[in-house]
Amino acid sequence: MTAPPTTPNAPANSEERYYNYAYLDEQTKRMIRRAILKALAVPGYQVPFGSREMPVPYGWGTGGIQLTAAIIGPDDVYKCIDQGADDTTNAVSIRRFFATVADVATTEDTGAATIIQSRHRIPERPLEDGQVMVFQVPQPEPLRGLEPRETETRAMHAYAEYGLQYVSLYENISAFGRIAGGAGYPVLIDERYLMSPSPIPKFDNPKMDMCPAILLFGAGREKRIYAVPPYTRVRSLDFEDYPFEVQSWEQCCALCAATDSYLDEVVLDDQNNRMFVCSDSNHCATRRAQGHAGPMAGHSLAHLDEEPAQ
Amino acid sequence: MTSPAIRVDNLSKLFTLHNQGATAIPVFEHLALEVMPGECVVLAGESGVGKSTLMRTIYGNYLPSGGGVHVRHNGAMVDITQAAAHEVLDIRRRTLGYVSQFLRVIPRISTLDLVIEPLLENGVSAEEALDRAVTILNALRLPQAHWDLPPATFSGGEQQRVNIARSFVREYPVLLLDEPTASLDAANRAIVVDLIKAALAKGAAMVGIFHDLDVRDAVATRLFNVSDFKAAA
Amino acid sequence: MSLTALSTAESVPADVPLLRVAGLTKMYGHLPGCLDVSFEMRAGEVLGIVGESGSGKTTLLNCISGKLPPTCGSIAFNARRHGLTDIYALSEPDRRRMQREDWGFVHQNPRDGLRMRVSGGANVAEPLMNLGQRHYGAMRSATTDWLGRVELDLARVDDKPRNFSGGMQQRIQIARNLIHNPRLVFMDEPTGGLDVSVQARLLDLLRELVRDMGLAAIIVTHDMAVARLMADRLMVMKGGHVVETGLADQVLDDPQHPYTQLLVSSVLQI
Ligand SMILES: Nc1ncnc2c1ncn2[C@@H]1O[C@H](COP(=O)(O)OP(=O)(O)OP(=O)(O)O)[C@@H](O)[C@H]1O
Ligand SMILES: Nc1ncnc2c1ncn2[C@@H]1O[C@H](COP(=O)(O)OP(=O)(O)OP(=O)(O)O)[C@@H](O)[C@H]1O
Ligand SMILES: [Mg+2]
Ligand SMILES: [Mg+2]
Repeated sequence: MTAPPTTPNAPANSEERYYNYAYLDEQTKRMIRRAILKALAVPGYQVPFGSREMPVPYGWGTGGIQLTAAIIGPDDVYKCIDQGADDTTNAVSIRRFFATVADVATTEDTGAATIIQSRHRIPERPLEDGQVMVFQVPQPEPLRGLEPRETETRAMHAYAEYGLQYVSLYENISAFGRIAGGAGYPVLIDERYLMSPSPIPKFDNPKMDMCPAILLFGAGREKRIYAVPPYTRVRSLDFEDYPFEVQSWEQCCALCAATDSYLDEVVLDDQNNRMFVCSDSNHCATRRAQGHAGPMAGHSLAHLDEEPAQ
Repeated sequence: MTSPAIRVDNLSKLFTLHNQGATAIPVFEHLALEVMPGECVVLAGESGVGKSTLMRTIYGNYLPSGGGVHVRHNGAMVDITQAAAHEVLDIRRRTLGYVSQFLRVIPRISTLDLVIEPLLENGVSAEEALDRAVTILNALRLPQAHWDLPPATFSGGEQQRVNIARSFVREYPVLLLDEPTASLDAANRAIVVDLIKAALAKGAAMVGIFHDLDVRDAVATRLFNVSDFKAAA
Repeated sequence: MSLTALSTAESVPADVPLLRVAGLTKMYGHLPGCLDVSFEMRAGEVLGIVGESGSGKTTLLNCISGKLPPTCGSIAFNARRHGLTDIYALSEPDRRRMQREDWGFVHQNPRDGLRMRVSGGANVAEPLMNLGQRHYGAMRSATTDWLGRVELDLARVDDKPRNFSGGMQQRIQIARNLIHNPRLVFMDEPTGGLDVSVQARLLDLLRELVRDMGLAAIIVTHDMAVARLMADRLMVMKGGHVVETGLADQVLDDPQHPYTQLLVSSVLQI
């Protein structure tokens, strides 16, 4: 992966680029790649790494950006989503960032992407062999909310003492009569390490189980990388009498009529009119292009997901 | 033919008050005493001679400076002064009862439960325990309105009767009685005398301290003068 | 240390001690924490540790309960899985599992013993989850049962502990440490921070539970009334040493050591 001679950002009067290829210096990328290899070798284990300052604040995906920077090459096709959508400010900015610093082609098409960076969702279209999913993780430690001491959570992981994680599920049932927790629902990787799947909805948890793609997770502020290699068992925790289940909706997607995708509620006006549409904008658009039409397909306010004007 | 229930051998007791210039208070020395089943040995001697001290030493509450106190427990003579804590507690639970002049109240435990407790501890069924507790509380004429209350607020005489009920309800083979009738009126004293006699008739061995001469004469089978063993000061 | 099969007998045989502490010493640098402490405990026995502030009570308790490795000496505990075993010779995961399975620890400050961010009910249920219980309904009913036993208002099981009074927090802590039927419970000043009337009720409750369950317990206290009410046996500490030990009422009524005499005589007659 040799850097191309120039980039659009390079000053006109200089042969030198401002940035190394993919922004990070080679030394740093090597360090991150070593951490990734270790993470893949011990699925679900949080590997510490020397997280670098990035040109975005913590909380904006610095962990995911560093992962992508460490693995991306000019032949990659890069997709970035935020809340399932390709067209939000954050997704657009990060996509442009890599288009600029890594000279890669970008796409919104899940099937065409080799690297998919995400906050909050796994695309509806099943991931494939050869794809890499990069997750931006705010809090890598699933036990942190219950046990503030790092020494103690480390011991719990070391000895697979995960009873405490069930306390949060217990609380949930006591409070709501069911395991409500929507996002960051804890999973056990290959029956060994407890892992927080970043704030994806639990709807997406089953997609990780025996997934053909590589799943990489990066937490910039907390300086941790962890991974799920292809075809690894990923089990969502539950109780015998309250088995794991995903969210479901009574209605289909208002635009594409999908009945099996994760829906977002969209408020249409101040008259309390609302509709449910696919959170995965590319999935929805693909279906509509195939001729699927939901009950509000023609609605004038239904064009929220149109391609942003570049 | 019968063997003693208590055998006190060569017993000496000396208190050393370390925080008062190591003052030594010698009480008794070389004291020997045997108590047979069915016997009520009444300790005699002037105030301060060491009657209560001897009784507490027999109970394992005071540590002697020399000698031993053997109590027949589970068919064997056990030296309570040498026994491990759990053995002493077992002896007290199953063999050796002690009625002191004052009831040490356990907060918030009702009178009835206090009386039932020693029975339950000895494996008596809850039903029978309640039955026996009710019988003895009635015998001691403790008003039924008091039964569900903790005895903390009871009068001295009422507390004393709870104390007696607690010890007599469980028919201990050996009983130590330190002025059990001191704060009772004549009618209640007579009831306690009857209880003591009934226990003796069943073969209990007793050591008692009674300042009331009528009670003493009614129950004593023998007097034991502690002052005979007075230690040189 | 290899794992032996989980013992099926629930009760500890009478001739095997539950706990055997030998020559236990803990130094903090040159300062003594506790010095050359040896004793044994049997199943169902309640041991009180008394002594002035700084005498080494907490140090001793922490060493015995596996929280603080001693400078020298040994602590053997009769664990369900391992039999009588030196607890510091166990691997860390084995020791932690033994602590979860066989022990409870009631702290003086409920904040040290409770998870303040989860409800009272979940605090009580957690030890069951730590032992692998995965049936919500069974845990919920065990929890409800225990909250009843510690006389807590069931309507409040889902409240966070911070909304409870100190006495109620302590009740939750007690339930949390007894629900898994431990063999030995450590208590460091369990009624220390409470006012007197609350203390008395709590002590009563503790006494009843300990007797009913036939629990063995080690209770650290500087309150002689607590010692008398709770303990079968007492150990008196001073300057890191055990200066006197014996049957609780004997130590309190006929103390032999000058320090114990001072300690006992400075208490109001009760
Ligand atoms: N715990 C103790 N510590 C120090 N001295 C004690 C203790 N108990 C008793 N003594 C002393 O031992 C002596 C004997 O006391 P004890 O109470 O045995 O006398 P007594 O014969 O029962 O007297 P009384 O008839 O007045 O009850 C007394 O001098 C008393 O002060
Ligand atoms: N972590 C520590 N580092 C250094 N010294 C310590 C430490 N912990 C305790 N000590 C010292 O060890 C001695 C015994 O302390 P410990 O806490 O065991 O006393 P304690 O009997 O529990 O007192 P208290 O009744 O006040 O709780 C004290 O002198 C104390 O200052
Ligand atoms: Mg007397
Ligand atoms: Mg302390």
